[in-house]
Amino acid sequence: MKGNEVLAEAAIRCGCDGYFGYPITPQSEVMETLMMRRPWEETGMVVLQAESEVAAINMVYGAAGSGKKAMTSSSSPGISLMSEGISYLAGAELPCLIVNVTRGGPGLGTIQPSQADYFQAVKGGGHGDYKLIVLAPSSVQEMNDFVDLGFELAFKYRNPALILTDGALGQMMEKVELADYKPRWSNEEINELMGNWATTGKPASRKKNVVSSLVMGSDEMEAYNLRFQQKYRMMEEKEVRYEAFQCDDAEFVLVAFGTSSRVCQKSVQIARAKGLKVGLLRPITLFPFPKLVIKELARKVKGFMSVEMSAGQMVEDIKLSVYEAGSNARVNYFGRMGGIIPSPEEVVEALEEKFSWEISYGVKRSY
Amino acid sequence: MELKDLIKPENLVYEKSKVQEDTYMHYCPGCSHGVVHKILAELIEELGIQEKTVGVAPVGCAVFAYNYIDIDWQEAAHGRAPAVATGISRLYPDNFVFTYQGDGDLASIGAAEIMHACNRGENILVVFINNGIYGMTGGQMAPTTLEGMVTATTPMGRNVDLNGYPMRITNLIAQLPGTSYVTRQAVHTAAAVRKCKKSLKKAIENVLAKKGTSFVEVVSTCNSGWKMTPVAANKWMEDNMIPYYPLGDLKDSVKGE
Repeated sequence: MKGNEVLAEAAIRCGCDGYFGYPITPQSEVMETLMMRRPWEETGMVVLQAESEVAAINMVYGAAGSGKKAMTSSSSPGISLMSEGISYLAGAELPCLIVNVTRGGPGLGTIQPSQADYFQAVKGGGHGDYKLIVLAPSSVQEMNDFVDLGFELAFKYRNPALILTDGALGQMMEKVELADYKPRWSNEEINELMGNWATTGKPASRKKNVVSSLVMGSDEMEAYNLRFQQKYRMMEEKEVRYEAFQCDDAEFVLVAFGTSSRVCQKSVQIARAKGLKVGLLRPITLFPFPKLVIKELARKVKGFMSVEMSAGQMVEDIKLSVYEAGSNARVNYFGRMGGIIPSPEEVVEALEEKFSWEISYGVKRSY
Repeated sequence: MELKDLIKPENLVYEKSKVQEDTYMHYCPGCSHGVVHKILAELIEELGIQEKTVGVAPVGCAVFAYNYIDIDWQEAAHGRAPAVATGISRLYPDNFVFTYQGDGDLASIGAAEIMHACNRGENILVVFINNGIYGMTGGQMAPTTLEGMVTATTPMGRNVDLNGYPMRITNLIAQLPGTSYVTRQAVHTAAAVRKCKKSLKKAIENVLAKKGTSFVEVVSTCNSGWKMTPVAANKWMEDNMIPYYPLGDLKDSVKGE
C-alpha cells in the first residue's frame, strides 16, 4: 500500500473519531482513501473536507476538546496555515494527531519530498513556548504504526502529536502489516476518562468544563508555562525513541531520520565496504530528541554527520547534544534541498571529504 | 430574614436563571452582551438542555462568555468558532452547539469559517453580536462599521472609497441553502428583548430538530467604544444602525432551500 493510504487505513483501525482535512499534494490520498473507505458506515468515524487548513485544524480543536480522537493531515504550506490552531491546541492541552507529508519550500515551493519543516515541527512552529510530540517514520510500516502511537502519546500527555514524514514516504508503496481494529471510545468511556476537562455536555454531577488557552494573569500564565515545560521534560525522560545501526564500533556516525535515513543505511554499507567504520543513528522521535544516545556516542566517536533533506536543521540539535556532552567530536552536515533526495554515494563522498583529516590520520582532530 | 422569605412565590415576577452564573460580569454598563447572555441562560434552562449544550466563545469582549453561563465551553481562536463548533457538533450530533461571535470575529477574520459552516448547514446556532466596532481592542473599524462612523482606526469617519462598505453579512448568510432560520434582532428595549428571546428560542429549537444552521444577529451597542452614554448609544443605534441593519426575519425555511 501507499504511505498516504496506510495513514487513512491506520486511522480507521485505531479507533479515530474524526478526520478533518483539506487537499494538498503530496498527501491528498489520505482524505481520498478515507472517502472511498466510508468509515462512517463501519466504525462511525467522521470524515469531513474543510474549506481550508485553518478550518480543518480548528475542527480538530473542537473535536479534541470534546474528548474525541481527532486528526488531520496536510503538507508544508498547509501546516504553516494550521500553525495558529496548533499553538491553541498546545495551549489548551488538547490531544490530537497531525500528519505533515512534507514538500520542499519555502513558499509554494515544490511538491517533491523535503525535510525542511524540521524546525517548524520540533521547535513549536506557531507562537509561544510549546512542543509537539514529533514522530518520524522511515517506512510505510511505520506510517501505519505511528498513527496509533501518536494518538497514544497525545492522550497520555494531553498534547498534540505530529507525524513528520515526506512526499517520498507518502507516495511510496511497500508491504505493510495492518493493525487489528480497536473500537472507538464510547461517550460513556470519554466521560469516565476525560470528564474532568472534555466538553461533552455538562451533567448535573460535575462542574462545567472550559477548553481554553486564555490565561489573563501573568503569574498564572507563567505557572501554566512552567507546567508545560515540566511535561516536555517528562517526555524527554520517557518517550525518546531511536534506532542505532552499526554504531557499536563506529568512528563516524551518520544521523538521519525518515527518507534520508533509508539512504544512509546504504551509505553505511558502502562506507563499510571501503573500510570506514561508519554507523547510523536514526531518531524516531524528533521531539523528544535522542540527546542522551548522541551524548554517549560523542564520547567515543570521531565525528557525526547529519544527513538531511534541508539546509541543515537537525544538525543544530546534534551540536547542542555534543556540546552538552563536553565532547570535541566534530559535527558536520550534508544535505540536498528543493525536493532532491541525496544518493547513498554522495553521502559517503561528503563524509570522506568532511572528515578527510580524521580519516587520514586516524585520530580525532583537536582545535 | 432574607429576601426570599419576604417574597411570596405567587408574587415572584422574575428570577435569575440558574444556568446563569452568580457572578459579576466584566461588560461595561450599557453593553448588549449581558442581556444576550441572560436570554441564552434562561432559554437553556427553560428548554432543559443544560446537559447537552456546548458553547463556543469568540475572541473579543465575549471571550469570557464562559464565565457567565454554566455549561461546557470551548474558547476558539479569532474567527474560528464555526469550525470549532463543526468539530464538536459532528462528533456529538445530539448535543446543542452554538457559537457566540462579534462582528470583527465573524464578519472579518472569520468570514470564511462562518460562510462555509452555514453553507454546509452545520447543525448549530450562531449568535452574532453586531455593534459595528472592535470593542475589546479599543474601538477599531469593523466590516460592519457604518459609513462616516468614527472609530479608532477611522478617526475621520469610515470612508467607503478607502475602507469599503458596511457589510450586511447576515443577508449573505440568508442566501446559503444550509441555513434554516436567519433573523436580525436587538435588545435595546423591553419589547426588543422579548422578541429576541422568541427568535433565539426558535433558533435553538431548530437546532434541536436538526434543521441546519440557525443564525441570529443582534444589533447591539458598544457605548464605551462609541464614546457615548448607554442611553445615547441606544438612541444612536436606533437612528443609525437599525435603518442600515433592519430588524426582522431574513429567512425561515428548511435546510436545502
